[in-house]
Amino acid sequence: MSNLEIRDLHVSVETELGTKQILKGVDLSIGEGETHAIMGPNGSGKSTLAYAIAGHPKYTVESGSVKLDGEEVLTMTVDERARAGLFLAMQYPVEIPGVSVSNFLRTAKTAIDGAAPPIRGWIKDLDSSMSQLRMDKSFRERNVNEGFSGGEKKRNEILQLELLKPKFAVLDETDSGLDVDALKIVSEGVNRAKANTGLGILLITHYNRILKYIQPDFVHVFVAGKVVEQGGPELAVRLENEGYDRFLSNAVVGS
Amino acid sequence: MSAAVSANTGLIETEQHGLKAHSDGGDAYVPVQSRAERFTSTSVDDFEKVTGFELEWKLTPITRITALIEGELDGSAPTLTFSETPGVTAAWVDRTDARIGSAGAPEERASANAWSSFDKALAIDVTGEELQEFVVTREATDSTPRAGHTVITAAPFSRGLVILRNSGDAQLTENVEIVVGDQAALTVVTVQEWNDESNHLASHFARVGRDARLRHIVVSLGGGVVRVNPSIHLVESGADASAFGLYFADSGQHLEQRVYIDHVAAQTKSRVKYKGALQGATARSVWVGDVLIGPHATGTDSYEENRNLVLSEGPRADSIPNLEIETGDIMGAGHASSTGRFDDEQLFYLQSRGIPEDEARRLVVRGFLAEIVAQIGSDDLETHLSAAIEAELSEAQGH
Repeated sequence: MSNLEIRDLHVSVETELGTKQILKGVDLSIGEGETHAIMGPNGSGKSTLAYAIAGHPKYTVESGSVKLDGEEVLTMTVDERARAGLFLAMQYPVEIPGVSVSNFLRTAKTAIDGAAPPIRGWIKDLDSSMSQLRMDKSFRERNVNEGFSGGEKKRNEILQLELLKPKFAVLDETDSGLDVDALKIVSEGVNRAKANTGLGILLITHYNRILKYIQPDFVHVFVAGKVVEQGGPELAVRLENEGYDRFLSNAVVGS
Repeated sequence: MSAAVSANTGLIETEQHGLKAHSDGGDAYVPVQSRAERFTSTSVDDFEKVTGFELEWKLTPITRITALIEGELDGSAPTLTFSETPGVTAAWVDRTDARIGSAGAPEERASANAWSSFDKALAIDVTGEELQEFVVTREATDSTPRAGHTVITAAPFSRGLVILRNSGDAQLTENVEIVVGDQAALTVVTVQEWNDESNHLASHFARVGRDARLRHIVVSLGGGVVRVNPSIHLVESGADASAFGLYFADSGQHLEQRVYIDHVAAQTKSRVKYKGALQGATARSVWVGDVLIGPHATGTDSYEENRNLVLSEGPRADSIPNLEIETGDIMGAGHASSTGRFDDEQLFYLQSRGIPEDEARRLVVRGFLAEIVAQIGSDDLETHLSAAIEAELSEAQGH
């Protein structure tokens, strides 16, 4: 059984005003096939957690550890982390001019697997994932994320999730900016990946909405750089009704 | 790395050499001169000796090309090979041929030196209305300083793709005239893949007629000093020009391009996009983009852009857009210029999908330049250039 263990993670970021502590001791354990929702107000550090796990150079890990099946992830380069089985679905995927979706996906798949995928099976997988995500075949020849709508960018992220078959995926506000139809399509993609590969999911969201389509096993409330309360799906419902006010009264909200 | 970037509206320049006594270092007053008022002559003797302080030359390492600017040139016809193409003819013609001088005249001494020295000009006539690809290949093998002259004429309503491919050892200064007849659609591509010791100065002059379309593409990968300056005059209403460029400068290379788009007539359109990569401590590039929207060019739609990607410590890229507007009634006129290193967010995105850093960098550069390659419209040449860029990248990373 795969697991992702985050222990006492402290992360800072350099700003114009100096070093700013964002994560202040995060502890989380995610098992294979589990879905953990991380909910919290804006500025609580949810996205920082996502990027720190993926290894974005902007964030400095002050202390703590992130272990994937016992292996320390924090000493790995960004691409090594991906090859080890981590995936980050980004909130704002960047455009890569001149690089087609098809070339990009094949390059990534080759890098992850260590060998080029057999051509016939690959095309079949690509076609079937794209059609399930309601992506037109013409997407393959478009440049990565260039001119994509918000919904198209998110579908493209989930397409990669399905094809690259990571052990654990961090979904950073994948629901933001999606209408209900797109939200359903994207959620189905995530659920398929989970059913097919036993994917463990860290689902970062501001709203309860996506949790109707992707059932969480655990809900963690994230405030001011750490987890302040944990529970089952019922906690998300309570947050939906009550908001985050009761957590914010005696906590300082980050920017 | 150092990068000089300036953006001016309205040219602030010293006056052209040859008009009156030099004023550098003397008179503190610097006159404002429009690009349209630059001195032109087909005779080399009308230009003063180049000092390197002239606006036209101050960014160019002139000591490496003295022979081309000041020296005697061999003006005999070189050995070229042409593809057999229906609807396109090519022939060597005399200096007195009526086509010569129909698109422009030199603005500087190296161009005038070529014009004064050539014996025969290569005249390429595009007459067919079906799109055809015509390739002129120059595989030069000696370092005699030479002059060249080419006139490409696209008849009204014709369509054509003319590719000038240059490789080997050469010291060449040349003029290329391009006349695009009414409603014709012509693409001219000049590719420089010279050996390291070669130097090449080229001035292209184009006249684009009524409702005609010119796509002009400069690809410079190989050579020591390579300077290709296209001047495109949109002289009739509805004329449309796209000027693209791609360059990859390594250490020791100076790749320069000065693009001039002259909106003369009303309802004319231009797009300029040059993209370059620089790798190595002494890699050097210059892009100057002048756009002049004349007093009668109402309804002009114009945009020019230069992007430089700096791949290592040390290169220098100059990028200088200049925009002169002499009528208020235009559709649009804009410019953009950037010179920078890799976008960290792009690299992070690719690496977060398992792609190792060096491969991610290659992917980004390849993609960055592919946009220009894709404009060419010749599968053979596009495939060749993609491979050539790949080779530059592998070399750059020491593979």
